[in-house]
Amino acid sequence: MATRLAEVDAVLIGVGLVGTLLGRELTRAGLKVVGLERGAARHTVPDFQAPQMHDELRYAVRKALMQDNTKETYTFRHTVSETALPMRRWASFLPGTGLGGSIVHWNGQTFRFQADDFQQHSRTIERYGRKFIPADVTIQDWGVTAAELEPHFDRFEHLLGTSGKAGNLKGKKIAGGNIFEDPRSREYPTPPQKEPYGSAIFRKAAEGLGYHAYPQPSCNLSQPYTNPEGLRLNTCTFCGYCERFACEHYAKSTPQTVLLPVLLKDPNFELRTGCQVLRVNLDSSRTTATGITYVDASGQEVEQRARLVIVGAYATNNARLLLLSRIGRPYDPATGRGVVGRNYAYQTMSYPQVFYDESVNINPFMRSGANGTVIADFAGDNFDHAPLGFIGGAYIGEIMTNGRPIGFHPVPPGTPSWGSAWKQAVVRHYNHTSTINVHGSSVATRQNYLDLDPIYKDAWGLPLLRMTFDFPENDIRMSAYVTQKAIEIGRAMGGRQVVGAPRKRPYDITEYQTTHNTGGTIMGTDPSTSVVNRYLQSWDVANVFVIGASNFPQNASYNPTATLGALAFWAADAIVRKYLKSPGPLMSR
Amino acid sequence: MLATRGLRQTPEEAKLERLSRRSFFKGAGAAAAAAAIAPGCERPPQEVQSKRSPYTFLNADEAAFIEAAVARLIPVDETGPGALEAGVPTFIDRQLAGAWGAGDDLYRSGPWQPGKPEQGYQLPFTPAELFRNALRAIVEDLRKANRGSFAKLKAEDQDAYLRALERETRDLGGVPSNIFFESLLEITIEGFFSDPVYGGNKDMVGWKLIGFPGAYANFYDFVDQHGIAFTRPPMSLAQDAIGTVHVHPVNAPRTAPKSQ
Repeated sequence: MATRLAEVDAVLIGVGLVGTLLGRELTRAGLKVVGLERGAARHTVPDFQAPQMHDELRYAVRKALMQDNTKETYTFRHTVSETALPMRRWASFLPGTGLGGSIVHWNGQTFRFQADDFQQHSRTIERYGRKFIPADVTIQDWGVTAAELEPHFDRFEHLLGTSGKAGNLKGKKIAGGNIFEDPRSREYPTPPQKEPYGSAIFRKAAEGLGYHAYPQPSCNLSQPYTNPEGLRLNTCTFCGYCERFACEHYAKSTPQTVLLPVLLKDPNFELRTGCQVLRVNLDSSRTTATGITYVDASGQEVEQRARLVIVGAYATNNARLLLLSRIGRPYDPATGRGVVGRNYAYQTMSYPQVFYDESVNINPFMRSGANGTVIADFAGDNFDHAPLGFIGGAYIGEIMTNGRPIGFHPVPPGTPSWGSAWKQAVVRHYNHTSTINVHGSSVATRQNYLDLDPIYKDAWGLPLLRMTFDFPENDIRMSAYVTQKAIEIGRAMGGRQVVGAPRKRPYDITEYQTTHNTGGTIMGTDPSTSVVNRYLQSWDVANVFVIGASNFPQNASYNPTATLGALAFWAADAIVRKYLKSPGPLMSR
Repeated sequence: MLATRGLRQTPEEAKLERLSRRSFFKGAGAAAAAAAIAPGCERPPQEVQSKRSPYTFLNADEAAFIEAAVARLIPVDETGPGALEAGVPTFIDRQLAGAWGAGDDLYRSGPWQPGKPEQGYQLPFTPAELFRNALRAIVEDLRKANRGSFAKLKAEDQDAYLRALERETRDLGGVPSNIFFESLLEITIEGFFSDPVYGGNKDMVGWKLIGFPGAYANFYDFVDQHGIAFTRPPMSLAQDAIGTVHVHPVNAPRTAPKSQ
């Protein structure tokens, strides 16, 4: 029998980026908020300290900060005709766990999605015609525009202290920034990070080819910064232990560095860690949530009643929680009907490499998570797709993050995989290789989706989430085109040899690609094709808001975090200014 | 002892050097004391002290295979020491004896079904079980073929044997040989390049070989000196990379403001 706790104003499922942002906004609005985090409490001091944090084996290889997959993983298959099998070890993507969530181990790449990304469906039709969209592609508009999100992007960047250079300040294009970006109201809060060697070579090559190079917007800070919450961040030291690690320097913007110290002191906020949420509970009408049920750190089942439920777990886990709670109709790929689990998308990556003479010291270990130089000339709809026959694009950049040798020891093709010849090639190329990142978009399709697995269970006896995914033909064509552009830049970078291949099928879960899983609880203005409305409120249960990259109807060319942060502020604003004044649906069905 | 390569020693390095010298002398003192025990009570005279710590997981046959195999995967050559000299067998032994060997990063619920390679590892074995089954089968395989132990084979025959494991899928106690080979190569590279605190990469030889600085924490002043040759000796977790203790720099208000 579950212990039943007195009703609170709001409960947060997950205290990561979304939970922290929403916790702060709701407590400031006077609500009593309980934050439930399945992992442990952890803080820069003492949990993230050097030198122990600089341990490639523990953090990057054995993945100490990630979701406990011995208890809870996903199953995977390429198509509906196959049997999905559990991901028994993490590799392709790395959901985090613990206070602060996955953002604790992020790289800090802080791009805004573009206006055409938010209206990909209508803009594609407008520019290229309806027939341009392949039959299996189910891209759609978000229901929110870049202009509406601008103040929230701005607020997010200033909370985090993002280091970058504007390319479009209130409509005025500025050389050296991203001239393809939408108008921004203010310059970045801090200037760009220093440019490492490989990135400087890339800049010269890209500019020589007529492209528009700019510094990657980074949440590894270029200088000390005190944010609007009064919290101070330090200068990033380029230690080379960023993604998969937590930062000991207070130099990476995470909930721990930008908000949690303030939130945790708020008497209206209560954090409970070690709490695994099993489901959102609904009343008999199934249109109102009564709260949630979780298993606490000692294994006891607890029912926490709440007037408002914020589902703010990792993207894939948001979709699973709705399916387990039976909120919204599950998607059926046979009919194309249903919404929960629909439009799961990913990221289409490729990585050309430039091999140099031994006289060129690239020093791959002197890097930060979000340093480097990129071009957006082939991102989104920044180039004419009409003759190309695909939707979407990629940014291209020399944005190496580290030289940690278990994971990074590049050798040219044809090198044996072991023995003296391998060893000599590793010695020869380790410090003389530059990697180019082609960070590609991912369209949603009818066949890629998420649902509950019929066989495999988690440690609490509940079905695992099942992922059915392979790279759509559209994205294979996109990767072929943009990767070729990246190889051309690589050839202009002056190396001895450039090696690279576009992304190919099949999707392989044993190769790390990105932790940018999107969709499953997508947003929109039509309840037959979206799970939440444009304010991220469930169409079916008005006091449940679902917030995460799970809201993205498809994935864009950029890293998702800033867009996710802007959406969280956008939803918080709607809750505080509209929903709390008059609880109920913010949009009619 | 740390190679200083003509560079100024930091206080940490000097301290580490003093420490290692002190423990060396402590050890030497114990040996001198042992020599003074009355005749008839002494242990059989010991050979030169073993170069490695004793294994806790691997048995003698398994250890002999692992030592010989890693010496072929990453051999000692003109570029420098190989996996054996780096203590990789000790790393492998400790990994298999510990939580990772017991499967602490594996989802371990059935049913167990074979899948496509892109679905990842689907065998029911923990790493410890996988290595034990495969190593036992290899020892038996060589014995049956009258080839003696792997360690006694000529280097080119060892390579041929390893290549066969790599290429084939033959059954090694339930483990396909290519999966075992892949696991062995992976853990050998991990042992060669991970921090020395885990038992491999002895004296940071793997890092020195390629010029990786290890746990070093600050390149702020170097990152824009493009192409600089960074020749400072690497740093292990056993050292304090900065020499400072972080204090909490957060100057958050005592209570959260209610409005912006």
